[in-house]
Amino acid sequence: MNAIVTVVGQDRVGIIAAICNRLAGHNVNILDISQTILQGSFTMVMAVDLSAASAPFDSLSASLAELGREMGLSIRIQREEIFNAMHTI
Amino acid sequence: MLNQKEILSTIEMIDQQHLDIRTITMGVSLLSCCDPDPARACGRIYDKICRCAEKLVQTGRDIEGEFGIPIVNKRISVTPMALVAGASETEDYVPFALALDRAGRTCGVDFIGGYSALVQKGFTEADRKLIRSIPEALARTELVCASVNVGSTRAGINMDAVAIMGRVVKDTAAATADREGLGCAKLVVFCNAVEDNPFMAGAFHGAGEAEKVINVGVSGPGVVHHALQAVKGQPFDVVAETVKKTAFRVTRMGQLVAQEASRRLDTPFGIVDLSLAPTPAVGDSVARILEEMGLETCGTHGTTAALALLNDAVKKGGVMASSSVGGLSGAFIPVSEDEGMIAAARSGTLCLDKLEAMTCVCSVGLDMIAVPGDTPAETVAAIIADEAAIGMVNNKTTAVRLLVTPGKTVGDTIEMGGLLGSAPVMPVHQESSADFIARGGRIPAPLHSLRN
Repeated sequence: MNAIVTVVGQDRVGIIAAICNRLAGHNVNILDISQTILQGSFTMVMAVDLSAASAPFDSLSASLAELGREMGLSIRIQREEIFNAMHTI
Repeated sequence: MLNQKEILSTIEMIDQQHLDIRTITMGVSLLSCCDPDPARACGRIYDKICRCAEKLVQTGRDIEGEFGIPIVNKRISVTPMALVAGASETEDYVPFALALDRAGRTCGVDFIGGYSALVQKGFTEADRKLIRSIPEALARTELVCASVNVGSTRAGINMDAVAIMGRVVKDTAAATADREGLGCAKLVVFCNAVEDNPFMAGAFHGAGEAEKVINVGVSGPGVVHHALQAVKGQPFDVVAETVKKTAFRVTRMGQLVAQEASRRLDTPFGIVDLSLAPTPAVGDSVARILEEMGLETCGTHGTTAALALLNDAVKKGGVMASSSVGGLSGAFIPVSEDEGMIAAARSGTLCLDKLEAMTCVCSVGLDMIAVPGDTPAETVAAIIADEAAIGMVNNKTTAVRLLVTPGKTVGDTIEMGGLLGSAPVMPVHQESSADFIARGGRIPAPLHSLRN
């Protein structure tokens, strides 16, 4: 199962490193990363593969949300299908 | 990979524009629960609902978590109770409502609909007993919603039922007077009721439906409003196209959630109801969409035309996004549940007569409208008759959900809280309709009912 991780917040050193570390800790493979600074705020979208993940979806989601709170960022993970449904025919 | 802009736009819709799935509603047939012994029938009803909908709420929460889309309500609809209770030898149908309420609580759902009777052409004994019990049933339960269908394009309007329902609405308000007449928010009088409606208070699981089914109702007035802000001043063709594209996206999400829920609950997928359902939250209002089209206040001249365009474009955009569209499908205009409607009603621009005109072109009817507590039952019945006539002649569903809270008068506000919101009391005409309602009988079906 693929999912999309989105991160929005104030730019600072080590955001990507921290998130990649957290994902690696759950054995989540990163497929693609795209990152920009939009109107001064850091915006990152990651496609990840959860097929070998060591944790169920809800604890992974909670773990990322907790990391977001620690770093003052909004981090969320959603299954890819919702974006496909809304934006592709 | 998906376009980053598209991903962020979806997140913005959810975070800032109140995009949500309004409800996953599981329809459950109770026809197998009929029993001459009412206590045994109630036991069977409770058991069957709990068995079927045991995992509904948890599944809704799981989907919410994994897809990151809020699912505001989880609900159950059941076979119109008059059809089930009719088999039992009893005069008192309130225990059936209590059984529904208990089952709803056990399953953890927000509402359970189907305490209903279909009397468009005439009453059975069971219909009469059920209708008589509605005020007490709604006063003694929390989650149960009741509905009565009094007319259809095929059958005409049962004016005896209309007269009775005028009284029942008043009695329901009186029985729940200590809770702002809240019972009235859970009672709908329909013409051309649909059998697969996932929205409350009018949901029931029709006799032509399967054993159980998953229906989903989407929402998204905020998303449409936001999209229209980008096309200010442009012609209506552009407005219609913009609404269609937005409705398509919203409905695709509903379809995805419906299929996922259906698979996880091992229950057939029924329909997606592509409705624009507002909430009292700022930025989630249908009235504000109409105003965005160029009206100073919702209810002024031009409102009906704006609503007609909106309603049509929502359907056209949504219909391609789902494999099966049904329910009410269109724009809802419940006054108390829509921040812009509340403001328009409070300013005096939006009145009952204009709302009635708007119901000719929207998906349902006079919904969540507060009228003075001393409005005579005959006047309530006459309002129901007018609305049923619009539905009957135009071959569409119409409904009346009036709040006739005792002691409230024009200028007061009825506060219900939550999704039900607050309603400023609107004036009704003072001239009597009593002789009209006293006639009884049936208003014949229109000529175009003879389509075979």
